[in-house]
Amino acid sequence: MSNTSYVIAVYVENKSGVLMRVTSMFNRRGFNIDTLTVGETERPEFSRITLTFSGDEDDLNQLVSQLKKLYNVKKVEVISGDIGIRRELMLIKVRNSSETRADLRDAIDVYKAKIVDYSADAMCLEITGDTTKIDAFIDNMKPFGIIEMCRTGIVALERGPESILTK
Amino acid sequence: MKLSGAEIVIETLIEQNVKTIFGYPGGTVIDIYDQLYKKSDRITHVLSAHEQGAAHAADGYARATGEIGVVLATSGPGATNLVTGIATAHLDSVPLLAITGNVANNMIGRDCFQEIDIAGVTLPITKHNFIVHDVNELADTIREAIRIAKSGRPGPVLVDIPKDIQQAKCEFAYKAPVVKTAGEPAPEDKVIEAANMIADSSRPYIYFGGGAVRAGAGALISELADKIDAVIGCSMMGLSELPTKLDRFLGMQGMHGHFASSKAMAKADLIIAIGARFSDRSTGDAKKFCAGARKIHIDIDDAEIGKNVKVDLGVSCDISDFLRKLIEHVDYKRNPNWMTKIEKLLEQEKEFGYGDDFLPELAVKAVSDIVDDDTEIVTDVGQHQMWTAQYYEFKKKRTWISSGGLGTMGFGMGAAIGASFGTGKRSVLITGDGSFGMDMIELATAITYHVPVTVVVVNNGALGMVRQMQNLFYNKTYSNTTLDRKTDFIRLAEAFGCEGYRASDIGQFREAFAKAYEAEGPALVELIIDKDDMVLPMLRPGGAYDRLILDKEDRI
Repeated sequence: MSNTSYVIAVYVENKSGVLMRVTSMFNRRGFNIDTLTVGETERPEFSRITLTFSGDEDDLNQLVSQLKKLYNVKKVEVISGDIGIRRELMLIKVRNSSETRADLRDAIDVYKAKIVDYSADAMCLEITGDTTKIDAFIDNMKPFGIIEMCRTGIVALERGPESILTK
Repeated sequence: MKLSGAEIVIETLIEQNVKTIFGYPGGTVIDIYDQLYKKSDRITHVLSAHEQGAAHAADGYARATGEIGVVLATSGPGATNLVTGIATAHLDSVPLLAITGNVANNMIGRDCFQEIDIAGVTLPITKHNFIVHDVNELADTIREAIRIAKSGRPGPVLVDIPKDIQQAKCEFAYKAPVVKTAGEPAPEDKVIEAANMIADSSRPYIYFGGGAVRAGAGALISELADKIDAVIGCSMMGLSELPTKLDRFLGMQGMHGHFASSKAMAKADLIIAIGARFSDRSTGDAKKFCAGARKIHIDIDDAEIGKNVKVDLGVSCDISDFLRKLIEHVDYKRNPNWMTKIEKLLEQEKEFGYGDDFLPELAVKAVSDIVDDDTEIVTDVGQHQMWTAQYYEFKKKRTWISSGGLGTMGFGMGAAIGASFGTGKRSVLITGDGSFGMDMIELATAITYHVPVTVVVVNNGALGMVRQMQNLFYNKTYSNTTLDRKTDFIRLAEAFGCEGYRASDIGQFREAFAKAYEAEGPALVELIIDKDDMVLPMLRPGGAYDRLILDKEDRI
């Protein structure tokens, strides 16, 4: 069976050690997690973990049921591509020089990236988008020379008026 | 009233109807032990020789009674010594509450004397665990831990209590014993789907496991089998839920299962799995496993559905509720051709035995004859375990206690003690010279407390199960499996403080075992057997059922 990338949102109790319980389960069950972000939600007692994971449908079902078994997990929802808004943020530091500056600015414009730090020999850029956009931007930056970069991993929400917590 | 944390621990356990706990004292649980001493008229503490033995005892207590088993240990090594016991309970879904002391909250993280992050250590082997940081939350944490351990698919829960929490005081009020959360009712549409699949089948096989034992679903399984003309088999964890001699029950299937049971499963066109998890010891190669059969899987744990084997219909719900509804919905039917095939398999099975003079078989059957029907049969892990599983005639529910999932050598002696405390009756431990080497120290506990445990040490001077695999698959290279220790088990028993008997034929064994079984407290029988006795049939690990190993010379 072919591997697909899934985005899963998990509401967990906002307590110390909960993230470790979730990641420990992934490790024990041998799940291949690609990205994982965690942060506050509209309800302070819960945190939301957004993770992307590659596998087939059986793997997905197994991952979801194993997540649901964890005591601190309150809600698990697979965010499908059709109704999900997915975003990722990246900060990237690239080499800057008088010869490359114009080309660099063109790329920044096309991708609607932002310059957040600037010096004569380096620029720090911020870009938001889905994974393919970020990947393409990285490819574009390679010829200029990437000094350092970091990505947040995917965050995702479903379209429409509801929260998955109350769904 | 204001009580100290330590007092709250004990009062909450008493409130939750815990009568007996197993444990071992140490620096960070002195406060709790102080309270145990003061309240010893209301709760019994059993002092083991090693924390691992206490954990297995709590496990054996839970398996024998269906109630929660409780173990108490100190921080650091006391806590880490529980790990194998907790993991054993986890893999076999046993409701266990492990309470550990820890260094005071303000000392945590400084690598203090006997400090360990036991919550971190036990994360992958508990259903859940807690560290108590506030004495006001202590009682409710223990109650919640018990509820989690007993509810749904049972399992171990650990509560780590720092020393300052045991000494802090707060208000305590009694609450009612927690009620375990009920399983989901069976959805009607799935019941009808299952009934239709049964109607379409002509060779149904019901395969049940430990989940059926936890739910006490034996009678319903047998009723369903009668109505749809199915045969029944079980995993090792399912043993004793149905009487061995029940019609339609072919016994244990799997790696060392009965020939007819394993073969019938392979030939079935419909497998109805109930509270079983298709472990590798049951299925061999999961991809080849019963490839021609449709499969229904009913389990309380949703994560088991489709985990190991792909099924056509999977339902996670209360299995008794599902069975009751299914029996109601399903049509009465007969499968005469299937029954003829089963008859033939049972005939064939008789040909593959060792014959009439296989000492391990005769000995287990002698134990069957001699003991009372409600005697708990406890084993360690290895060949003796499989022989007991194969040849013992179970008559009563919950009389089989054995480490299935984790396969823990050294489980038996503690578990037998716990089982006897739970039932108030005699237990028989069947162990091997290898396993007994790991847990014999708990014989001291059994003797101290006059626990009626009859120990049978099946001695082949080797680690027989590994030796058997070395014989069959590793060119008889017996690397580190020949023990031939100089241990004199009879004098050892005497040194511990009980009678010991040696037997090397079935006559001697019968006589010795009968005497040992009548003893007031523990007694030991050593049975000498041949190093090259094997457990047969055998499914090659990862193999398929069309190629069972049936005799000693059969190498693939």
